[in-house]
Amino acid sequence: MTDELIARLSADLRPVRRTAMARLLLGATILTTIVAALAMNMWLGMRPDMDAAMGTMSFWTKFSYTLSVALLGAVATLALARPDGRIRWPWWLALGLLAVLVILGFIQLSRAEPEMMMPLVMGGTAQVCPWRIIVLGLPVLLGAVLALRRLAPRSPTLAGFAAGIMAGGAGAWVYSFACAETGMMFLALWYTLGIVAVGVLGALLGRFLLRW
Amino acid sequence: MQADPTETRLRDLMLASLDGDAAAYRTLLAELGRHLRPYFIRRLTPAFASHAEDLVQETLLAIHTRRMTYDRARPFTAWLHAVAHHKFVDHVRRQSIRLTVPLEDDAPIFAHDDSADALARRDLDAVLDTVPSRTRDLIRRTRVDGASVAEAAAVHGMSETAAKVSIHRGLKSLAARFAGGRND
Repeated sequence: MTDELIARLSADLRPVRRTAMARLLLGATILTTIVAALAMNMWLGMRPDMDAAMGTMSFWTKFSYTLSVALLGAVATLALARPDGRIRWPWWLALGLLAVLVILGFIQLSRAEPEMMMPLVMGGTAQVCPWRIIVLGLPVLLGAVLALRRLAPRSPTLAGFAAGIMAGGAGAWVYSFACAETGMMFLALWYTLGIVAVGVLGALLGRFLLRW
Repeated sequence: MQADPTETRLRDLMLASLDGDAAAYRTLLAELGRHLRPYFIRRLTPAFASHAEDLVQETLLAIHTRRMTYDRARPFTAWLHAVAHHKFVDHVRRQSIRLTVPLEDDAPIFAHDDSADALARRDLDAVLDTVPSRTRDLIRRTRVDGASVAEAAAVHGMSETAAKVSIHRGLKSLAARFAGGRND
């Protein structure tokens, strides 16, 4: 029985590239991020003041916070997709970025006029922002989970969470091109909420879909 | 870790397999099968020893389908152990099997390889020499080679209960002599 299996498996052997796992996972992620970007463009459209926004710090803060979280999530996912995979530092680094953002948010608030405080925290879109990030993160999450199903995560739940943070970060990054909010605290609160929601969704999906 | 001859040999076979060398792959899988069988048997209660073959096959299949998750820069035996451990835990959860060792036990697969740890083996021989020969053989079969109590009892033509008592007494006397009187 086992000998038959061994014969069958060695007859089925195809070479595996050194970068096969990274290609599979990052390929699926980049492809689905493009899908999310197209969806964003059709659904919400780019913010109308894009040219002016390119010169503002708030745009680049949103851009780099979301992209960094997506990349840290990708690093964590790549490590946690292995049976012997363990990694901690991307989580600490992501929390560090969030802490920096909160500090920037307080600085911005302390310099703002009292009547500007609420708009900087709640903006005009706090109600919809996390939901839009979830919707835009969803295709990326599905792509990543499908790729992870061919891998061997030590903890399916944790690998799903990492994939969710990566997908949430990618969705938020795409959304940052449509969102005209300028508050740092808005970013720290509502963007993070949307990203973490996709992370939790990923953990749930992972728990059931990533068992092997 | 890198100096371990088992690790070096298996890792070389794995690297050749990843490059598409079917002969190396066949050698690797056959050898892993031989290591994995006693590894699983030791972890299952005698009543479930028959599951070991399924587990060996499931593990070999996982090694095959998920071989891209092996990081060439890291020890192969660590990866293999993680796959085998995962398969074992998964199997136990699905079957609700009672365990002989806790899941957290991370005893390596190669601890009981013939080539590994010749010194420990010599110590074991010396220690076992202090109990009667039949008891010695029963202990060796059930606790070292991974046979079930029933199988070991059958070899000596004795009942399973008698074999159990004999093993228990032997281990107790060994514990009294070598564990500083600690008894368990």
